[in-house]
Amino acid sequence: MTVLHSAPKYASNDGVLAKLSKAMGKSLIDADEAHGEIVLTVKREKIAWALEKLRDKHDYQQMMEIAGADYPDRVERFEVVYMLLSITKNHRVMVKCSTDEATPVPTITTLWPNAGWLEREVFDMYGVVFDGNPDLRRILTDYGFEGHPFRKDFPMTGYTELRYSEDEKRVVYEPVDLPQDMRTFDFLSPWEGSEYVLPGDEKADAEKADGKKGGDK
Amino acid sequence: MSVQIEESPTTQGDVITNYTINFGPQHPAAHGVLRMIMELDGEVIERVDPHVGLLHRGTEKLIETKTYLQALPYFDRLDYCSPLCQEHSYVLAIEKLLNIEVPERAQYLRVLFAELTRICNHMLNIGAHVMDVGAMTPNLWVFELREDCLNFFERASGARMHSAWFRPGGVHQDVPEKLLVDIGDWLDNRFFQLFDDAMSLVVDNRIFKQRNVDIAVVGRDDAIAWGFSGPMIRAAGIPWDLRKSQPYDVYERMEFDVPVGTNSDCYDRFMVRLAEVRESAKIIKQCIRDIPQGPIASTDGKVSPPKRGEMKQSMESLIHHFKLYTEGFHVPEGEVYVATESPKGEFGVYLVSDGSNKPYRCKIRPTAFSHLQAMEMMSKGHMLPDATAILGAIDVVFGECDR
Repeated sequence: MTVLHSAPKYASNDGVLAKLSKAMGKSLIDADEAHGEIVLTVKREKIAWALEKLRDKHDYQQMMEIAGADYPDRVERFEVVYMLLSITKNHRVMVKCSTDEATPVPTITTLWPNAGWLEREVFDMYGVVFDGNPDLRRILTDYGFEGHPFRKDFPMTGYTELRYSEDEKRVVYEPVDLPQDMRTFDFLSPWEGSEYVLPGDEKADAEKADGKKGGDK
Repeated sequence: MSVQIEESPTTQGDVITNYTINFGPQHPAAHGVLRMIMELDGEVIERVDPHVGLLHRGTEKLIETKTYLQALPYFDRLDYCSPLCQEHSYVLAIEKLLNIEVPERAQYLRVLFAELTRICNHMLNIGAHVMDVGAMTPNLWVFELREDCLNFFERASGARMHSAWFRPGGVHQDVPEKLLVDIGDWLDNRFFQLFDDAMSLVVDNRIFKQRNVDIAVVGRDDAIAWGFSGPMIRAAGIPWDLRKSQPYDVYERMEFDVPVGTNSDCYDRFMVRLAEVRESAKIIKQCIRDIPQGPIASTDGKVSPPKRGEMKQSMESLIHHFKLYTEGFHVPEGEVYVATESPKGEFGVYLVSDGSNKPYRCKIRPTAFSHLQAMEMMSKGHMLPDATAILGAIDVVFGECDR
């Protein structure tokens, strides 16, 4: 694929995928190169080992970011993605592993001190537990917040709202009460797969079902 | 919180207690809503626990419910001191997924205005840093220059701060030729006079040096391990600048130097920013000199909207316009991590697309997160007033840190 875009250009990906896949050995689940990005998926229990190897043997000195992502349809619904940067090789690679609500991911605070807050953020937003993180508190949400807001099943409006109460002279927390439903628009073209259920449509399906039965009559 | 009690030889056996104070969340030197729980031994900082998130607005979640174009203005509101640089990462991430070509003029305009944003951001940070350690006047002078920058943004986009001017495929509107001339004029005849005047009060100032030299020294290895970027890593003597090493848009055609520090203290961080302003001015001048004529947005009608005039003539343009502003464009499935050099460091966007018209996941990598995390490491053993100098040298903005 010819590169037309003008996004940041770093060192070539040629041969890197094969080399890193080989280095990951049996702990590698999937290795992929798409859109100019190398993504390695490794076994969850091996993530710390894999990242340490990438740092020490393959010169990915900086861990810039940990991102969580939620895919509710999967068996292990959460993905934890680590972005590594090599200053000497001028190259980036993404490493990820998956987990569910209950299974902890090994911490990498032992490898990079800045992983502490980043893991706290993934825990706060998705509820992914990191085994071995010495300070796994919430970080971005309110003191005493409940739930994990970036999960796909967490409503956009949240569950509580707060206001200053003149009677009690303090800020009070109350369940969300919306005077108007939250407006979500579905702009997808009808011929590209969205399901518009119009009143009366169910009759068509019912007739089909009846039609089958009708043959018996 | 546990309180440590110890005997001190200087107080004739009187008991001195370590005490805990709240720095912020409403403190002018906290650069926004930062709350730091500090444990002090006298005036010496023993422990710092920064509490962030007081400005958390759930931007990433909001973006998941918006189309790609509707999500763009959120980026202005992250780091509200350098709005266009945040947009830059986001539009480049979309363009990387779409793999579309951006016309040359648009690339030049983006680089030009990203650099103007860098000047604008550094004007604020340099002024605020100086004011944090006690000097009032330079701040007022550089704010004048910041005001000029904001006027230029207004002339380009119509908005002083939240421009929303970069678009996937280019920029929103072309700039008048007079604006480019005026920016060049401003750099030649006004900017450096005022800037050099203001900085002459600071850089060799004894008090300013006393407050900044040898404060929060971070070694090279530490700077790498803590994920530093931008002026923070360059002050540590590592010549790492994404504009140079991983060039995007037309940065590879620009001639500029990457200033580095030697001592990695707050003073070096300040001086790196000072030098960066000069390099940015160089880049802007090269942009103005070399900028070609031509379209300012991708010619792909499926991504960038048609001209108003065309819409009156062509049915196809009218349909494109309608589809783009209702449904928006679809982005191919995939995931990318795109990071650009924002004035504060590496600002990254991890964008996951499921092939629809809305981002499935958009993780924003703030620059301040890893810098602020190192606050305890940097300020341990320093005095309480040094904390403000350290914060000023980090250049935090909470819109971006808390998202």
